[in-house]
Amino acid sequence: MKLELRNVGAGYGSRTVLRDLSLELPEGQITTLIGANGSGKSTLLKAAARLLKPRTGGAYLDGRELRRWNTRQLARVLAVLPQLHRAPEEITVGELVAYGRFPHRGLLKGDSVRDREAVDEVLQLTRLEPLRRRAVATLSGGERQRVWIAMTLAQEPRVLFLDEPTTFLDVCCQFEVIELIERWNRTRGVTVLMVLHDLNLAARCSHCLVAMKDGEIRYRGTPRELLTPELLREIFELEAEIAVGSDGIPYCIPTGSCRREAERSGR
Amino acid sequence: MNGTARIGFRVLLLVLLAVLLLAVLLLGLRYGSLELTVGEILRELTHPGDTVEYQILVNIRLPRVLLGALVGAGLAVSGAILQGVMRNVLAAPGIIGISAGGGLAGVVVLLAVPAWSPWLIPAAFLGALATALLVYVLAWRGGADPVRLILAGVAVSSMLGAISSAILLFNAEKVAGVLDFTIGSLSTRSWPQLELVWPYLVFGLLGAWLLAGRLNILALGDEVAAGLGLRVERTRLVLLAVAALLAAAAVSVVGLLGFVGLIAPHLVRLLVGGDHRFLIPGSALFGAALVAGCDTIGRLALDPSELPVGVIMSLLGPPFFLYLLRRSRREA
Repeated sequence: MKLELRNVGAGYGSRTVLRDLSLELPEGQITTLIGANGSGKSTLLKAAARLLKPRTGGAYLDGRELRRWNTRQLARVLAVLPQLHRAPEEITVGELVAYGRFPHRGLLKGDSVRDREAVDEVLQLTRLEPLRRRAVATLSGGERQRVWIAMTLAQEPRVLFLDEPTTFLDVCCQFEVIELIERWNRTRGVTVLMVLHDLNLAARCSHCLVAMKDGEIRYRGTPRELLTPELLREIFELEAEIAVGSDGIPYCIPTGSCRREAERSGR
Repeated sequence: MNGTARIGFRVLLLVLLAVLLLAVLLLGLRYGSLELTVGEILRELTHPGDTVEYQILVNIRLPRVLLGALVGAGLAVSGAILQGVMRNVLAAPGIIGISAGGGLAGVVVLLAVPAWSPWLIPAAFLGALATALLVYVLAWRGGADPVRLILAGVAVSSMLGAISSAILLFNAEKVAGVLDFTIGSLSTRSWPQLELVWPYLVFGLLGAWLLAGRLNILALGDEVAAGLGLRVERTRLVLLAVAALLAAAAVSVVGLLGFVGLIAPHLVRLLVGGDHRFLIPGSALFGAALVAGCDTIGRLALDPSELPVGVIMSLLGPPFFLYLLRRSRREA
């Protein structure tokens, strides 16, 4: 399904974060938003996932504006994992993942066969089956994040939004999470839009990168097109060397901040 | 707790809670100044007569245990809803101003304008509901955020409490007559009080049960819930309204009965887990047993005089509260 933002303006209270921003997500691909803190990445993601009402313009799924969709029907094709989330204390892994079936259920009906199948399938795929009866609160950070992602996958979305899904995880857990998302993208053709802070992780898993600064989209393209010293200097005020791995994926080695340099030379 | 509770196990626990409630109700019917056997109770109920036993059983004990059970269920379910909506296990009906609003209305009617005292129940009911509405409106800013709801509830409760205190001070000689209401008591309550509030309580309990699935989703947080297709603000408003209705109806007949709204859902959560489809009926059963049971204890403890159910509850409450604090510190 095709998701696009048309001339979106958005913000919080008196603060305007995004102005007149348009973006079309390539269908069936993984797109990652990169940019410094405060550049508007999360705001864009929230506006695209109908968690934040745009002040101007709007987000469209298959040509229909999101607010014209029935919320429950929309949740059957569009899932979102916000940056901050906390499970109620006593909830188990199986229960939380099953909540992903909420939009597919009738208002008063219990689980259907399809609901149970979907939950089992997701628990298998995310290797959470052995933890099914554990309380989410007792899991490690990496396991917990997998459970939340599993919940959004149980929704069986066509478009998936993830806001910093790897933050606070160790390197190995970061890869586990990313591989999970890649696998779901490959096998189900799900369109993914996410925010990542780790540029090398973003370059590794994304088909398309979108670089943001000051609430604007400055560049978009493949990781090889975008990961250049010039772009990093402009977007992140970062000095970095770029190398290309044997698998053709570029990676960057930060060597310093040019914010500090600018300050020094200004003095 | 590592969440081992399965569906079958949780259903069994609900059945056990129902058995507990029935046992408590039966005890309340049996004991008092006149002791009745189960056989006598059944005979009196099936063969209405003009005996003393019948009068005591049907006009005094039966309505009182039923009212206690209904009120306990209402307060417990109200607490369970609010703990889910606020995402805070320390939430209770008082947090949205129910106690302060109902209390002020009660004090005004009983002390400031004694001529209105026959209107105690509707006044307390409306006072409680109006206060909950005021708290909601004050907390609203493009949405009713749980933290703002709690802060608005605390602020409004504090102000209304101050007004109540002032009225109590200026009518110090008549305070004894209000104690019954401010502590929470089932003494002298019978069919007329039960008839006034049962429809609200039954309607509220059923509504809460139907909304349990949506409360599960709302408890995950606003953004996650919206992502799952829940209309967050509308659901929150409906749930708050049901919680307010239940607590207001309860408070209007028994007065400011504390702690059951906090204790019952929390204990039941330890037993059946956080799924509101089990937590709500469980809280209803346990809250009903708790209030009806405490009232029976209060009736028997100092026989022939009586301790109000609120005193018994408040004696049970603080130790539990301390236990809660210890437990949450261990988890932090």
